[in-house]
Amino acid sequence: MAAYEIEIILNRQLADCLSIPVFITDTAGNLIFYNEPAEEVLGQRFEETGEMPVEEWSTVFKPLDKMGNPLPPEELPLVRTLKEELPHHKSFIIESLKGQLQNISVTSYPIISRTGKFLGAVAIFWKKKNEN
Amino acid sequence: MKIKLWGVRGSIPTTGPETEYYGGNTSCVTVTHDGYVLVLDGGTGIRQLTGSNYPSNKRIDVLLTHLHLDHIQGLGFFSPLFDASKEIHIWGPASTSQSLFSRLSRYLSPPLFPVLLRDLPCKLHLHEIGNSHFEAGPFRIQSNYIIHPGPTVGYRVIEKTAVFTFIPDHEPALGNNGIIKETKWVSGYDLAEGADLLLHDSQFTNDEYLQKRGWGHSTITDACLFASMAEVKKILLSHHDPSHSDAFLDEMLESFKKTAGNIPQAALAKEGVEFELS
Repeated sequence: MAAYEIEIILNRQLADCLSIPVFITDTAGNLIFYNEPAEEVLGQRFEETGEMPVEEWSTVFKPLDKMGNPLPPEELPLVRTLKEELPHHKSFIIESLKGQLQNISVTSYPIISRTGKFLGAVAIFWKKKNEN
Repeated sequence: MKIKLWGVRGSIPTTGPETEYYGGNTSCVTVTHDGYVLVLDGGTGIRQLTGSNYPSNKRIDVLLTHLHLDHIQGLGFFSPLFDASKEIHIWGPASTSQSLFSRLSRYLSPPLFPVLLRDLPCKLHLHEIGNSHFEAGPFRIQSNYIIHPGPTVGYRVIEKTAVFTFIPDHEPALGNNGIIKETKWVSGYDLAEGADLLLHDSQFTNDEYLQKRGWGHSTITDACLFASMAEVKKILLSHHDPSHSDAFLDEMLESFKKTAGNIPQAALAKEGVEFELS
């Protein structure tokens, strides 16, 4: 397989230096890298899973609104970024496979190369204090 | 095809006996086949392409990796640019904001240089490239953006079955843990894969690199790891630091070879040396 463009490689190298969870996807939403803090969110290690198809990793946690209702995918920042090639942000709740709830803020941005080509997206998860 | 090194020094040209053996001119290499000359980078080494070294073909392609001064400083002294019978094609990395013409004109215009780029007598053609494939004479060329500050490409030059890869400025190890050990995550890998000869940046010692991360250069260790991952047949270690004397460069390589395991054939790039690839 051909090497990734340097914009993707540099995003991974940056993510690797950060203490906040970062997910990097290709243009189809397949998860091509997540850093160590993101491993905690997913409950899996990148070294063990490698890249994950969108169908697989999108089911690892369930997004909910403040009332506990499921959020439709089109309202999720990363999904919107992949569709519109624009940055997005939203706070919501995720429920892990073990049933744990976590308040988070997600900021996502498109990776658009120097040549203007859309290469993928980055989602940064920010864990917020859980409200009672 | 024949590869000749005209300049292998990094950052700024050097003079004096301490750097005389490996040479003090900055980045320039020619690739020749069937009388067709490709010029890679326009550092001060390019000035030597005159007299008996003057390219005889009407069309000359100059491939710039990037526009840092040590890679373009010799352009104003490249005789064919002042020859109305020559057709010069300059290829360089596209930027997001300014044209190649505009960026080259910042150097080739007063007060830095007396002659304007647009006033050069040759027939000048500028080509902006990125992750591109193109042809020049008998050569097929691939360029890819690589890790170095500002728009920078490396080149893979193919003539029939021989491959020469030119990445004089490159920091593939930029990050927390150095070069990622999966080839698809390595900057420049596609350019170097299986090359017969790779000319690659090796400016810093391991200690210097700790102080100069993000400056866009490599150590011998990282350059050889990169070459090894790409399974190149031979690596020329280049872009010698201006403060490194000939004796110091020899010491750097010897000390690396003592500690390294299985490495590809590695040699220090030396001005004036030629290689024949077939």
